[in-house]
Amino acid sequence: MTEALKLTGLSKDFPVGKRLFGPPKALVRAVQPVDLTVQKGETLGIVGESGCGKSTLARMLVGLLSPSSGRIEIEGEPLDNANPAEFGKKIQYVFQDPISSLNPRKTIRQIMEAPLRHLHGLGPAARAARISEIFAAVNLREEFLDRYPHEFSGGQAQRIGIARALAADARILILDEPVSALDVSVQAQVLNLLADLKAEFRLTYLFISHDLAVVEAVSDRIAVLYFGAVVEVGPAAEIFANPRHPYTRLLADSAPVVGRPLQAPEGRETELPDPLNPPRGCAFRARCPRAVERCGLETPALAPVSERTEAACFNPADG
Amino acid sequence: MTGYILKRLLSAIPVLIGISVIVFLIMAMIPGDPATAILGSYATPENVAALNEDLGLDKPLVQRYFIWLGNMLQGDFGRSFALNRPVLDEVMERFNATLVLAGTAFVLCSVFGIAAGVISAANQYGLADKAITFVVLLGISIPSFFLGMMMILTFAVNLRWFPVSGMWPIFGDRTIWVLIDHLAMPATALAVVATGVVARLSRSAMLEVLRQDFIRTARAKGVHERRVIWGHALRAAMVSIIPVLGIQAGFVLSGAVYIEIVFQWPGVGRMLVDAILRRDILLVQGGVVFVAACYVMFNIIVDVAQSLLDPRIKT
Amino acid sequence: MSAFLTLLARNRLALGGLIVLCIVVLLALLTPLLPLKPPNVTDTASRFQPPFSEGALLGTDHLGRDLLSRLMWGTRLSLAVGFSAAVIAATLGAAIGIVAGYYGGRTDNVIMRGVDMLMAFPYILLALAIVAALGPGLMNALIAVAAVNIPFFARNIRGITVGIANKEFVDAAKLAGMSDAKIIVTEVLPNVIPVIVIAMSTTVGWMILETAGLSFLGLGSQPPVADLGSMLGEARSALITNPHTSVVPGLMILVIVMAINLLGDGVRDALDPRLKSGALSRPMPATMVRREGPIPQAQGDDLLAIRELETQFHVKDRVYRAVGGVDMSLRPGECVGLIGESGSGKSVTALSVMGLVASPPGVITGGAVYYEGRDIVGAPYETLRSMRGRRVAYIFQDPLATLHPLYTVGDQLIEAVSSHRRVGREEGRAHAIDLLKQVRIPNAENRIDSYPHEMSGGMRQRVGIAMALANDPEIIIADEPTTALDVTVQAQILTLLSDLRRERGLAILFITHDFGVVAQLCDRVAVMYAGRIVEEGPTDAILNAPAHPYTSKLMACVPELGGGRRRLEAIPGLPPAVDRLPDGCAFADRCHVATEACRTGDIPLDPHGPARRVRCINPVLAPKTEAAQ
Repeated sequence: MTEALKLTGLSKDFPVGKRLFGPPKALVRAVQPVDLTVQKGETLGIVGESGCGKSTLARMLVGLLSPSSGRIEIEGEPLDNANPAEFGKKIQYVFQDPISSLNPRKTIRQIMEAPLRHLHGLGPAARAARISEIFAAVNLREEFLDRYPHEFSGGQAQRIGIARALAADARILILDEPVSALDVSVQAQVLNLLADLKAEFRLTYLFISHDLAVVEAVSDRIAVLYFGAVVEVGPAAEIFANPRHPYTRLLADSAPVVGRPLQAPEGRETELPDPLNPPRGCAFRARCPRAVERCGLETPALAPVSERTEAACFNPADG
Repeated sequence: MTGYILKRLLSAIPVLIGISVIVFLIMAMIPGDPATAILGSYATPENVAALNEDLGLDKPLVQRYFIWLGNMLQGDFGRSFALNRPVLDEVMERFNATLVLAGTAFVLCSVFGIAAGVISAANQYGLADKAITFVVLLGISIPSFFLGMMMILTFAVNLRWFPVSGMWPIFGDRTIWVLIDHLAMPATALAVVATGVVARLSRSAMLEVLRQDFIRTARAKGVHERRVIWGHALRAAMVSIIPVLGIQAGFVLSGAVYIEIVFQWPGVGRMLVDAILRRDILLVQGGVVFVAACYVMFNIIVDVAQSLLDPRIKT
Repeated sequence: MSAFLTLLARNRLALGGLIVLCIVVLLALLTPLLPLKPPNVTDTASRFQPPFSEGALLGTDHLGRDLLSRLMWGTRLSLAVGFSAAVIAATLGAAIGIVAGYYGGRTDNVIMRGVDMLMAFPYILLALAIVAALGPGLMNALIAVAAVNIPFFARNIRGITVGIANKEFVDAAKLAGMSDAKIIVTEVLPNVIPVIVIAMSTTVGWMILETAGLSFLGLGSQPPVADLGSMLGEARSALITNPHTSVVPGLMILVIVMAINLLGDGVRDALDPRLKSGALSRPMPATMVRREGPIPQAQGDDLLAIRELETQFHVKDRVYRAVGGVDMSLRPGECVGLIGESGSGKSVTALSVMGLVASPPGVITGGAVYYEGRDIVGAPYETLRSMRGRRVAYIFQDPLATLHPLYTVGDQLIEAVSSHRRVGREEGRAHAIDLLKQVRIPNAENRIDSYPHEMSGGMRQRVGIAMALANDPEIIIADEPTTALDVTVQAQILTLLSDLRRERGLAILFITHDFGVVAQLCDRVAVMYAGRIVEEGPTDAILNAPAHPYTSKLMACVPELGGGRRRLEAIPGLPPAVDRLPDGCAFADRCHVATEACRTGDIPLDPHGPARRVRCINPVLAPKTEAAQ
């Protein structure tokens, strides 16, 4: 396997208290420098709670946000941040809210044609052929092409969103909470469709979600994000079954599971740290049952804790 | 709180400078020699030379602006040649009359507008709503000067309830009752249009708020409906009504120009129109800057009121 | 477009405005062709002729000019100037607003500072200054009015554009390789145009008034040519002696502006999608009740018994049967889960209990809700109000939206109590602090003075729970209370609810879409589909052995943590729309065991073994017989 996507030291700061001229008053770090690699044909799941920076990370990967530092390589080639169209051919995005990701005043055909025309410069006949090909792949009827987005249910709209991403002919798809706006019965349809497409077109997925069970069900590897940093990354089959980082453990214990009695997994009911005033050392320290003195002094870096798992913790749980 | 007021006051400085620049630039558009334009029929060569000396009118534009600004900061707004008195004296005197008129109209339109909006929203599609909607529509469609003229015809000429025009009788005491007698018609005519706008916006703000989840929460905990409307809903709606009141104050001030003409009210609006027709440029310039500055200050008060109401605004 | 016209035509007032405006515009266009006297020829001999005099239908003015002729020419002029000013202001304002809103950042900042500067003037001052500089004249008045209104359009359109520029479809367009200019034209503009049209149609009238006003002051059209404003201005000196010269142009302005405003409101209503869906109606204090047919009797001595409850939404001519006959009951101290997908009617069922379904469009059309044996559907408002929060309290989903943003947490808690009994300030405060402590909010003495926005999601939901506990209710209805929360916070809230329930013997109706939550919290569970309960019984029994095909399919398609990577079981198709429910079983089209019999008649919710009921003719499991027990 070769690397499809490689992030090196990718970080993002947002300015707070903008001024008309001159630098902003402060910077908030939404994403700490992140190193991640995604192998060709792999699905890397990214989980984290709201505010952990997962959407910011995703938007940087497709060029919708420019990173504050670090670089992105796709199939070994560094990406130029300035040109979203260059990104578009290599990496595409499937949005969380399927309805608002479709322009309400355009027909589905117009929406589908945009990437074909602007990224690939196809003529009308070639576009029509390509659209029917893609629609067949995502199980959509071609009669939908002349309708407007509001005529579709969430599940259908999400299929259209996926079809649009496929039209760009990118081999990497960023799936940003692609099923969280959908009902469970429809969610499974879309997840299965994604699995089929991946096999058919040999795609690489970056699957972002807050739903641990969904991520576990679709991913090969999973990265857990907390407060803008990757705290643990490892094989999907192991990461929640045998969490090494205390935060991963907390997540796994919190998820409601049929047949497991209700337990308050967290004794101290602390919330996320204040991003304007980040704590020294490990961001999870205040909530952590395994914290040691060193956690308050230094920030732990991601380091191997077992053969295939890395965790950013000074005192990881035993495997 | 004090910090917020200070911050707002500081932020008014660039706005005031901006206002002066805009007024200055507009006035610089006057074709021809500025001194001749200002002096008009008083333009003897000696007068022109003297004015050029005073205001630096022969200097480049930027320098002229700073001379003008510097003079204003020292309270010297120039001299009206037509009236032969300092601009500031004239403006201040007239502005007091405008304040009485516009202030009364503003209070009337705020109170009645908000009340009408709330009642209208609370009885959506009911009889009260329809009646208010119709009156509001009439109010925003009628030119205030026409309304004023019709009021004079009806209430002053035919019914003789109120004096036809003016702020004070030519002879007689200047008591508050006399003032109210003179004020009643112009203030009402001025308030009618603004009331309509406030009522409309209050109605839609209330309808917007009444659909919010926190109203359902209030009802779910058994809060009396009267309190839901006049407490929970109105308070939340005020967040969007108050800025409208700020803008509305500008409209009342603007409408006052027409009303002052119709009712012969000795206010700043009438002064400005007369000055324009007489081409009394310095009086126009000074009057506009002065009134605009007062309006900016008023809007700071509005902002402070808003921050008192809404804790989400950082103080 | 045709839908827009039909909507517009349906609004009678707007149609009236349109007709009047069309007539006026038509007459104004035809004025040069009409057999009118020349408008500017003076005839001092016949000055101040009253209306209906020989040769002058509307009389003459102070110079003996024919008023009818002047009125028509003046109307022509006023309309032309007003419309041009509106078009110019809208075009330039919209362009500025779109650029500022789309690019954002510094561009936006600089432009909007300038706009704010212009808006810092009372508008007429700016107009007067412009006219003072350019000199009086109709053209200059037009420029002044247009210039003064540009900032209003710019600010309005910018706000809308910011909203659209942040929409995901704009991001998608960028990823599709479209340039900024292209995106503005093809993605942003089509979505902004309705707003521009609304803003224009609601301000044209205003612009006509303003230009008329400047002319009235003598700063607009100059003699002998007159628009409606200057006609009024000239007539003012003769107001008392010859009022008709004022009334004629004044009424014309009133008629034109009123017609435009009526039409403008109609346009706004027709273009605003929220009005189409009826979403802008004010919800009444309690859900409307229009029960047809017999009212079902209470059975047993349940604390809360919902019987054949039907709640519908009436939108235009469509009827959405959100709840189509629900039966369920709650005993003291029991926790019942109501589970279903969105649109299954679970929340509507819950809100119907205390008449909290937004109405319009909601209507309770049948059934009953018995609280301690007493039917509370259709009870007088005061009865219902006194029970809300005191007997039956609610916890809602999104705690940021459900708490009032402008009241402190303490005030909201105290109010929950004071709505039902008199409390002193001190007592109320002490009680509120006590409540916050009960929901384990640390530092309750200080937190009581916080506003909701100062708290985290989890803390806010604790406040929501504290508010529900304020009057020691017998029942708490929790409508997806943890759906908006993160998973670690959700676990804390669920634990809290579970503890409180045990301590206080609360009965809880818990609405959720998550089987995991139901399993951990509820004694019994009812599964809803398309507005009806399809299966009901003890939680363990149903989760271990679902009888209805929908329940088993739904459980199978939810991935569960610890299952590893796998293909999920999907349910084909979509739930039916509740305004077009099929005959028979609503799930039949998606069901793998459906037979012909499933598609006809009403399928009852029949007992299925002990304590269980299922609405299916071919349940997955045969009901256990009593003998097998």
